[in-house]
Amino acid sequence: MSDALSLTAAAAAARIRAGELDPGELWQGYRERAAADDCNCFTWVAGDGEPPALDRAAPLAGVPVAVKDLFCTKGVPSQAGSRILEGYRPPYTATSVERLMDAGAPLLAKTNQDEFAMGSSTENSGYGPTLNPWDRTRVPGGSSGGSAAAVAAGSAPWAIGTDTGGSIRQPAALCGIVGLKPTYGAVSRYGMIAFASSLDQAGPLTRDVIDAALLFGAMAGKDPCDSTSVGLPGPVELPSRTDLRGLRLGVPEELTGEGIDAGVLASFHATLDVARELGAAVEPCRLPHAPHGISAYYLIAPAEASSNLARYDGVRYGFRADGVDDLLTMYTQTREQGFGTEVKRRIMLGTYALSSGYYDAYYGRAQKVRTLIGNDFKAAWERFDFVVTPTTPGVAFELGAKTDDPLAMYLNDYCTVPMPLAGIPAISIPSGLSEGLPVGFQLAGPAFSENALLDAAYALEQAIDFRHAPWRRG
Amino acid sequence: MLSRDQVLHVARLARLELTEDEQERMSEELSKVLDHIEKIAELGDLDDVEPTSHVVAVENVLRADEPRPSLPAGIALESAPEVDMGGFRVPSPGPAPA
Repeated sequence: MSDALSLTAAAAAARIRAGELDPGELWQGYRERAAADDCNCFTWVAGDGEPPALDRAAPLAGVPVAVKDLFCTKGVPSQAGSRILEGYRPPYTATSVERLMDAGAPLLAKTNQDEFAMGSSTENSGYGPTLNPWDRTRVPGGSSGGSAAAVAAGSAPWAIGTDTGGSIRQPAALCGIVGLKPTYGAVSRYGMIAFASSLDQAGPLTRDVIDAALLFGAMAGKDPCDSTSVGLPGPVELPSRTDLRGLRLGVPEELTGEGIDAGVLASFHATLDVARELGAAVEPCRLPHAPHGISAYYLIAPAEASSNLARYDGVRYGFRADGVDDLLTMYTQTREQGFGTEVKRRIMLGTYALSSGYYDAYYGRAQKVRTLIGNDFKAAWERFDFVVTPTTPGVAFELGAKTDDPLAMYLNDYCTVPMPLAGIPAISIPSGLSEGLPVGFQLAGPAFSENALLDAAYALEQAIDFRHAPWRRG
Repeated sequence: MLSRDQVLHVARLARLELTEDEQERMSEELSKVLDHIEKIAELGDLDDVEPTSHVVAVENVLRADEPRPSLPAGIALESAPEVDMGGFRVPSPGPAPA
């Protein structure tokens, strides 16, 4: 069985379809692995009772999936990493998860995350930090750190997460796996516990690019329950490209110089050489407003969060503070006791940015910077097919290294925030090692360019041939 | 610099009751973050730039106004901390303001 557990999800599905692998055994193998996980990847794991119905003929052939805690799953704890939702079992399932189940991927586990997706290390979880399977003294990144660590460790064949400012791509990079943030609107947000609604987007975290395409194709699509979902212009195709001939890659000087660790830059430049060998034209480009992405993001996202998180008031679900006999104190005590430090910090920041007298200077201005960042990318698409950067400024850092310095933690998102601000898709693939830890290479493309993006990422992945990930050890 | 009074004012708006220690930390940490964020002032006059509130150009999305079942009350109440007479029970808001 450990042989089958070291297959990619697509390879396991192919074996099941060919009658060479029993989906029930695969389910049992992963269930046992997930139950034995020692990196705190999971907040819930399927029980050892009757296995779910497994359909060999379904598109995903019964290969189970791990799902970030903030996706609502009917009857299964969905706590968004927060104590304020401890034990909450939603009455319905998120559309994206339902699509995966309908496509034949049963729910294996819920994965740990930074509380309400606010964080870059999974240390902000109300249920303890997740450890990086490459080095258990280090963080897996975040906020989808449980999903990334589970896939990297081989405790789940594949997983989904959400990305608001980098929360899929950054943990994927720090765990040496593939992470895709789709175009805003490609995947329904219905049933995703909201952080920043104009930025949040769900996507896959997988062992390779083919798995990412397969999982993304199954979860994407327009949904009447999410009026901002637009679906995709055409079906997601499995990538097959083996060269990059005719493609122009732009290297933005603003995101590939100052502030990026030397080891990360070395891997980035080695990958640019690989891209040239595959036939790509690699040229410098400019995204002049990208350095202001962090500022715009840390105004817009907390502002939206302060509004979205107003719903946690101890009235309809979740935690309520005990022993309080007036309504206002019930609200303030419930929120004081139920939210963690980072969530309070972001609610404060967002409320301040939206408050009377500060709105124009902060929130209003941030929305204009957002326009400028979008325009930078539009200008880039006139000369380039994709923009490429390192995914993160550094490799996985030690637990506790940045918890007392919020700004240092926020700067982790330097290379990943411009894309969600512009609503465009981006993928991170492992490009090599620095200090023995994985480095991510990010490609971003125009809205709805996922097929081309996956194709280019696949060609690079084949040429890089990254073979270090823990899941390969079986 | 965000003063302790400003922190308390914002906390009141956000319905957060911060401990003494948290008030101190928030004032320090948020000031540091705001110092970084204020770099967007360097961009100068942005009067001609349209704000982006949403990246997808979607108009109002409507569906046919046909009755369909909604979440049954019993299920909606199932996760509530306190339920009474088919509703969510909460502590008294206190006497009406004079």
